[in-house]
Amino acid sequence: MSEERRVPQPRRGPMGGMGHGPGGMIGGGEKARDFRGTMKKLWAYLNVYRTAMAVVVIFAAASAIFSIVGPKILGNVTTHLFEGALSMIAGNSGGIDFGYVGRTILFLVALYFLSALFSYIQGWVMTGVAMKVSYRFRRDISEKINRMPLGYFERTNHGEVLSRVTNDVDTLSQTLNQSLTQIITSVTTVIGVLVMMLSISWLLTLVALVVIPLSMIIVMVIIKWSQKYFKEQQDNLGHVNGHVEEMYGGHVIMKAFNGERKSLEQFDGFNEDLYRVAWKSQFLSGLIMPIMSFVSNLSFVAVSVLGGWLVIRNAMQVGDIQAFIQYVRSFTQPITQLANISNILQQTAASAERVFEFLAEEEEVPDNSEPVRSDGVQGSVEFKHVHFGYDPEKVVINDFSAQVKPGQKVAIVGPTGAGKTTMVKLLMRFYDVNEGAILVDGHDIRDFSRGDLRSKFGMVLQDTWLYNGTIMENIRYGRLGANDEEVVAAAKAAHVDGFVHTLPKGYKMVLNEEASNVSQGQKQLLTIARAILADPKILILDEATSSVDTRTEVQIQKAMDHLMANRTSFIIAHRLSTIRDADLILVMNHGDIVETGHHKELLAKGGFYANLYNSQFEAGAVAEAG
Amino acid sequence: MLKLARYLKPYTVMLIAAVLLIFVQAMSDLSLPDYMSNIVNQGIQQGGILNAVPVAVRKSEMSKLTLFMNPAEKAEVLKDYNLVDKASADYGKYVKDYPRLAEDAIYVLKNVGTAEINRLNPVLGRAFLAVSGIEKMQAAAKGGVVSFKGMQIPAKTDLFALLARLPEAQRAKLRNEMSSKFSTMGDSMIIQAAAGPVKAEYAALGMNTNKIQTDYIRNTGFVMLLVALLSAVCTVLVGFLSALIAAGFSRDLRKGLFAKVESFSSGEFDQFSTASLITRTTNDITQIQTLAMIMIRMVFYAPIMGVGGVIRALGKSSSMSWIIALAVIVLLGLILVVFSMALPRFKRIQKLVDRLNLIMRENLAGMMVIRAFNAQAFEENRFDQANVDLTRTNLVVNRVMVVMMPAMTIIMNGVSLLIVWVGAHQIANAGMQVGDMMAFMQYAIQIIMAFLMLSIMFIMIPRASVSAQRIGEVLQVEPSIVDPKEPVHFSRKVAGVLELKNVSFRYPGAEEDALKNISFTALPGQTTAIIGATGAGKSTLINLIPRFYDVTEGAILLDGVDVRTVLQHELHEKIGYVPQKGILFSGSIESNLRYADESASDEEIKKAAQIAQAEEFIAQKPEGFASEISQGGGNVSGGQKQRLSIARALVKRPEIYIFDDSFSALDFKTDAALRKALKAETGGSTVLIVAQRISTIMNAEQIIVLEDGRVAGKGTHRELMEHCEAYREIALSQLSKEELA
Repeated sequence: MSEERRVPQPRRGPMGGMGHGPGGMIGGGEKARDFRGTMKKLWAYLNVYRTAMAVVVIFAAASAIFSIVGPKILGNVTTHLFEGALSMIAGNSGGIDFGYVGRTILFLVALYFLSALFSYIQGWVMTGVAMKVSYRFRRDISEKINRMPLGYFERTNHGEVLSRVTNDVDTLSQTLNQSLTQIITSVTTVIGVLVMMLSISWLLTLVALVVIPLSMIIVMVIIKWSQKYFKEQQDNLGHVNGHVEEMYGGHVIMKAFNGERKSLEQFDGFNEDLYRVAWKSQFLSGLIMPIMSFVSNLSFVAVSVLGGWLVIRNAMQVGDIQAFIQYVRSFTQPITQLANISNILQQTAASAERVFEFLAEEEEVPDNSEPVRSDGVQGSVEFKHVHFGYDPEKVVINDFSAQVKPGQKVAIVGPTGAGKTTMVKLLMRFYDVNEGAILVDGHDIRDFSRGDLRSKFGMVLQDTWLYNGTIMENIRYGRLGANDEEVVAAAKAAHVDGFVHTLPKGYKMVLNEEASNVSQGQKQLLTIARAILADPKILILDEATSSVDTRTEVQIQKAMDHLMANRTSFIIAHRLSTIRDADLILVMNHGDIVETGHHKELLAKGGFYANLYNSQFEAGAVAEAG
Repeated sequence: MLKLARYLKPYTVMLIAAVLLIFVQAMSDLSLPDYMSNIVNQGIQQGGILNAVPVAVRKSEMSKLTLFMNPAEKAEVLKDYNLVDKASADYGKYVKDYPRLAEDAIYVLKNVGTAEINRLNPVLGRAFLAVSGIEKMQAAAKGGVVSFKGMQIPAKTDLFALLARLPEAQRAKLRNEMSSKFSTMGDSMIIQAAAGPVKAEYAALGMNTNKIQTDYIRNTGFVMLLVALLSAVCTVLVGFLSALIAAGFSRDLRKGLFAKVESFSSGEFDQFSTASLITRTTNDITQIQTLAMIMIRMVFYAPIMGVGGVIRALGKSSSMSWIIALAVIVLLGLILVVFSMALPRFKRIQKLVDRLNLIMRENLAGMMVIRAFNAQAFEENRFDQANVDLTRTNLVVNRVMVVMMPAMTIIMNGVSLLIVWVGAHQIANAGMQVGDMMAFMQYAIQIIMAFLMLSIMFIMIPRASVSAQRIGEVLQVEPSIVDPKEPVHFSRKVAGVLELKNVSFRYPGAEEDALKNISFTALPGQTTAIIGATGAGKSTLINLIPRFYDVTEGAILLDGVDVRTVLQHELHEKIGYVPQKGILFSGSIESNLRYADESASDEEIKKAAQIAQAEEFIAQKPEGFASEISQGGGNVSGGQKQRLSIARALVKRPEIYIFDDSFSALDFKTDAALRKALKAETGGSTVLIVAQRISTIMNAEQIIVLEDGRVAGKGTHRELMEHCEAYREIALSQLSKEELA
């Protein structure tokens, strides 16, 4: 369902530009911490498009100028009509010169057409730039992700990274699309209209100018005033929505503990609070439009009256009233836009800053420039005085040493949350050790290139990651160059082939987004097939199969056994048989390796392992005693 | 959408008031260009003289004017005027206004109504034009001779005296000739033309004609100001009302919806999914609130404005209205074309964005796998493909949308040009005045804007209606589990005997029963465990007891009473339920434990935490029991959540405990310790445990083995190990043989 995914994202209509209503203006938006620096970076990023942007600037300005000249010329026509009409009434000869009127109108048609054409060209080019920029940003982010250390993503919420790719890049491209064009058009229009107005009458211009800043001040005051309510509204909305999420999420608990009344009471409280500020916030933000239209009406009145007065004193022409009305009407919009532009720029900067920040995040230590080749690796692993902590200040693994011969099995055991996957991450160099070294076939793993090293490892984790592709493609992921026969062979070895034929479309069935059209156990089998296809020297396995029915579990077990044959294996073990058969057991607790040895040794030791092992069956002992 | 209308009912009066105000506002907005037109036509062109009926006329002039009226008209005109001279009583009053009175007698207009003025207008207008025409002829006389009706008359001759001497019949003939000449002009044109002579007469009376003109403009301006203010006041009030309506409406709707959902059983939650219900209660209602506010304004304003504008435009010049019609059609056509091109692509863009997000999400979630298999380049390629697709479609859509702005400006400007061109011809034919043309341009813009708003609304309405529909769907649903009308009550002394009698259950819409014919009895003081593979129906079975779902067949009896015949409240009082995932509410640890029983003492809370093995980690927190639990319980681990959920159920001290796989996130050690403590505490209660781990339930008094929704075995661990194949299979996969022995 797509609606689930829509929840965290602020709704942004497909209309783009229309989204920036008064809400956006009132909200104030967030601000970049370093506006200047970010803008500089953005400018550098955009530098490739400077020719296109120059075109945009020129065409936007030209288009604005052309459309500004129009009303004045049309005003002259009106004046001519007025005078013609007067002389007709007075019965004098003369009247209206249609030749002149026709010529002027044709000229204006041409002018307006050119203006529209330029405006379109400008928009066309700018859209291209904005889209290319967002494409580049997205591509850069996706490539950046692969160069960053895994640790970053374990610290950072995935939603946040995702939001940079979608929301921030979107905002960026949209504001980019608007702001440049708007700045140019607005500035040109304001200056141009001002010049035209002054050329008609300085007195009228003065009146128009007095009215506009007045309205701007009023609007600013209202914005400031309503911002308070707007923020409160958002807060209260957060409370209401939070309560809704919580109560719906814990619906059964609410029911089971008879919490309906309490929940409704709480909701009513939040809802009333929301209502109290919501209408104020809406009313205030809604005031901007009437005020703007009142101001526009005021200008209209002022121009009509003052213009009329000026005309009878022969200080102005009738047509100038008409032109002036048009100018005043086209004056307010660019001014509002200019007032808003700092907001838009701030938004742009804030989004750009987040994206740039991400792109500037620390990357993985580069591979050794003269890497050791991994061909012919046998699979012996040695831990030599390994020290490690996710946080360098907090070392959890202290001076761990162990040797694993090719083909041996290592079981990693420990209670939930003991950090069993840490070993996996160290072996495959998702993290580097702080001190000491891990050696594969006698070479420090840091001497291999990461890709080469990892190609020697196979991994089957409890978290069965598969992607939105066909079953065939998902298995082939183990070795992208494998042909169909090899894939099917791996599938057969992993007991996948059997169930694949019961699925619609077989190997060609596309796994859906949540991969919920195959069962958990089948997913596990698919990841095993994937690892078999990769044919690694060293294997990393997570045995946990708790949510799988018994029959599938047996199959998974068989597939895993097949996979482990003749391979050095690190097993996050859950089954006692595995643990007992292991050549080496690493017992982990609180991130550290607390004990090593094999089963009997450790039991005899009577330490943490023995305790852990016995506690599992303590209950059984109680039952027997009772 | 109509389903929600009920929630608008309390706001009907406000809504009507808002519509009325919008009407006033629209009318005010529309009348402004009218006044401007007046300023140009009457203020500038006619010098502030509105009609051909002067407020005062010299006696001498009046006698000239009456020459061009028939006797009836003459009588009518003279009836409306008072003759004033030096001897008159109110001479003093009039001489100030009309200084000429000092020399001549004058006629002063009586206080007559507009109807009378309108009657007099053409009469006096024609007379003024005739008089001024003759005077003009005299003034333009060449060689001292005026040619008048074929006669050569010396310029100095008093033509009017001449005319006065003519017999009435001859004058009538003359009048007919003249009126046929004027008939082409139309009344308004006559008034316009007569404005000049009237102004000349005022000047002759010694009146300040400049002041008349500026006064007229000033007064009109004043009225305009009032109208503009009226419009502003109306808009503000409309804004106020619509804010109240929108916020109130959505408050009521939100409340209605929330209360509805709270009454739902798990069945209805399954039907919609929790996430969807949340979206409907939050996003969709917010969406409706914003749209309601805008729509109250636009829905009424745009049509009123559009229709009003059309009526007024028709009034100004019906022959030019086609321009507006054309503009509206072209504009709507443009919008239609652009959106029909863009809309399907918008939908595609949404899909492409989803695809892009999906790949990115997969990349983030599968980072280890991707790196382990060195598939970074493959993933980058996959992402790039989605990125290219999105960029391409975006580009096309945006480039189509970019047409809108220039096209709209060109339509607006084109309308102005067309109006001026057509208007020029009308003016030349004396069909309209320049001010009317200017006003017409303003109407055109207002009307086009109104239609533009209307079209935006048509884009918004479908969006709102989607939200409304989604809300309506929820409101429509009647909860499937309700309290009985005549509830039975449990007897006071309750032991907690739970009996399932041939219970079958089928999820709504499912093809097969999830549970089939299940019977067992759980007794107080004993533990009944339910075990089975995933999907065997363990949780489903548990959910039937507190009536999260109702059985399809059979019955569940608690102390001999069918759970469907008692109040849910009463039933829930008896049950301590611990869910699979520890669900906590935001607040503190204490408030979460107290959720079970507000009146529990601190001791009881502490005791419960102790039994649930939660005391240790609570003590480790600096604020202990007062430690905050964030929404969703994100600041405690899964195992801690489970232990707190267990403690919560313990605080309630119910007759029946239900643990739905509530120990899964605990390590073996804690699990064992907790069960030991529980056993001691829950002594007299009935305990139901769903579990995956054999070790958790090995020592239960009764174990029910579920397989595919049927009971595959019932008994103690030992019995089942001997007789039940399904149980043995589960047990063997978890423990080795010697451990199970």
